[in-house]
Amino acid sequence: MAKRSIVPFGPQHPVLPEPVHLDLVLEDEVVVDAVPSIGFVHRGLEKLVETKDFKEYVYIVERVCGICSFGHGLGYCQCLEQIMNVQVPPRAAYLRTIWMEMSRVHSHLLWLGLLADAMGFESLFMESWRLREKILDMFDATTGGRIIFSVNCIGGVLKDMDNGMLMRLSEVTQEIEQDLRPIADTFLWESTVRSRLHGLGILKKEDAILAGAVGPMLRASGVAYDARKLGYAAYNDLEFEPITSEEGDSYARCEVRIKEIFQSLSLIRQAISKIPNGPIQEPVKGNPNGEHFMRIEQPRGEAIYYVKASGGRFIDRFRLRTPTTSNIPPMVQMLKGCQLADVPLLVLTIDPCISCTER
Amino acid sequence: MAKLAKSPWLLHYDASSCNGCDIEVLDCTTPRFDIERFGIINTGDPFQADILLITGGVNAQCESVVKQIYSQMPDPKVVVAVGICACTGGVFKDCYNIKGGVDTVIPVDVYVPGCAARPQSIIDGVVKALEILQQKRDAFARSQKSDKS
Repeated sequence: MAKRSIVPFGPQHPVLPEPVHLDLVLEDEVVVDAVPSIGFVHRGLEKLVETKDFKEYVYIVERVCGICSFGHGLGYCQCLEQIMNVQVPPRAAYLRTIWMEMSRVHSHLLWLGLLADAMGFESLFMESWRLREKILDMFDATTGGRIIFSVNCIGGVLKDMDNGMLMRLSEVTQEIEQDLRPIADTFLWESTVRSRLHGLGILKKEDAILAGAVGPMLRASGVAYDARKLGYAAYNDLEFEPITSEEGDSYARCEVRIKEIFQSLSLIRQAISKIPNGPIQEPVKGNPNGEHFMRIEQPRGEAIYYVKASGGRFIDRFRLRTPTTSNIPPMVQMLKGCQLADVPLLVLTIDPCISCTER
Repeated sequence: MAKLAKSPWLLHYDASSCNGCDIEVLDCTTPRFDIERFGIINTGDPFQADILLITGGVNAQCESVVKQIYSQMPDPKVVVAVGICACTGGVFKDCYNIKGGVDTVIPVDVYVPGCAARPQSIIDGVVKALEILQQKRDAFARSQKSDKS
């Protein structure tokens, strides 16, 4: 047996903007074991429900993570709406769907950029992020924020889009689709990119299910599971199929995410063509009493929200299980047997969101 | 030293922020905002950095990391606190694990408010940091001269 050595990876690391620490056990250049340790971004947000009013907490839950911000607000609000028997107006459900899909486009483009950066492909990184600015501009125009929007409230949404804005949004999705094609081709067909991604970090279908992978990770291993199919917000009225790939390697994960961007753009256009007129908010009276559990599909995978309340201004317990938490065990499995130089790339292919994971 | 003042290198660290300000910091380096036109490059190495951009209210576990990164940076150095959490603790101020503001751990020179801080205001903060960096360098050069004489 070759001599074993331990290499620390992180928490401050040039590849990832967020702090995560891995102890990599190496035999020569090959990783034989990886021990993740987290907690660098732990703030204790779940505990804050005891001191913040349940309506005020919407703003806290949106700040669990700056990338998945809209989805967290959506999950929390839907839980409370179920507990309090509030029927969300259809227009609000459609607006939520549109914003959720815009979040997915922005998150996946961000990930593509970071992936290119991890491979050292600077110009592709810049191109992906330049394209992402278009969707951020639309967020700015529709909600007033680029990253954190705070447009969700219990019973609906706070802001409406007029017809002109919806038309503009539809045009922007066309423009993004056109500009994305050459970038997608580079990711999928460029020989240098393919040689970095092909066959790297293979996760078989059975392993993915056993290790509890979620989201694009799970779909890239050939499991057609998408929590959007549960039909929350307006997803029941829209036509889409979960995107899967069979190989389960890094290339497949890249492919699934790129196809999901195109899918999300089409979902935005579908929602715009079907959006009904009407109010955007249902008034909410009284305090919540009861408990509810719900799942939504975040850009990174399935997230679980649980709320328990007993009739007071403050809810008793809020629990959030984020997609990256469940994607860490499969990541550790993938890391075993890879080269040290591939570690940053492999860590990135699960699309880690550490501030979600640790809250 | 005088030439170096025109191309300071940035180091970015996420001290338990929500990610929002971090992606905006990264956004500053991409074509729309292009912080490189000021000669600024985003580096990952504390030993080569002049300006530390730090986001988030520091928590108990990353306190030592923040102190270590700060001590690894060569003098003179400037710290920019990006986002309201880095300035005061923001919405996380009441959390049990948050110290509340980067200035509770290391000295901060420029405060950039906002949740999330917009790229424009981050660039504004960095440009302010450049002035402070120049002042610190001048003071450093003067102290070196007086030591020799």
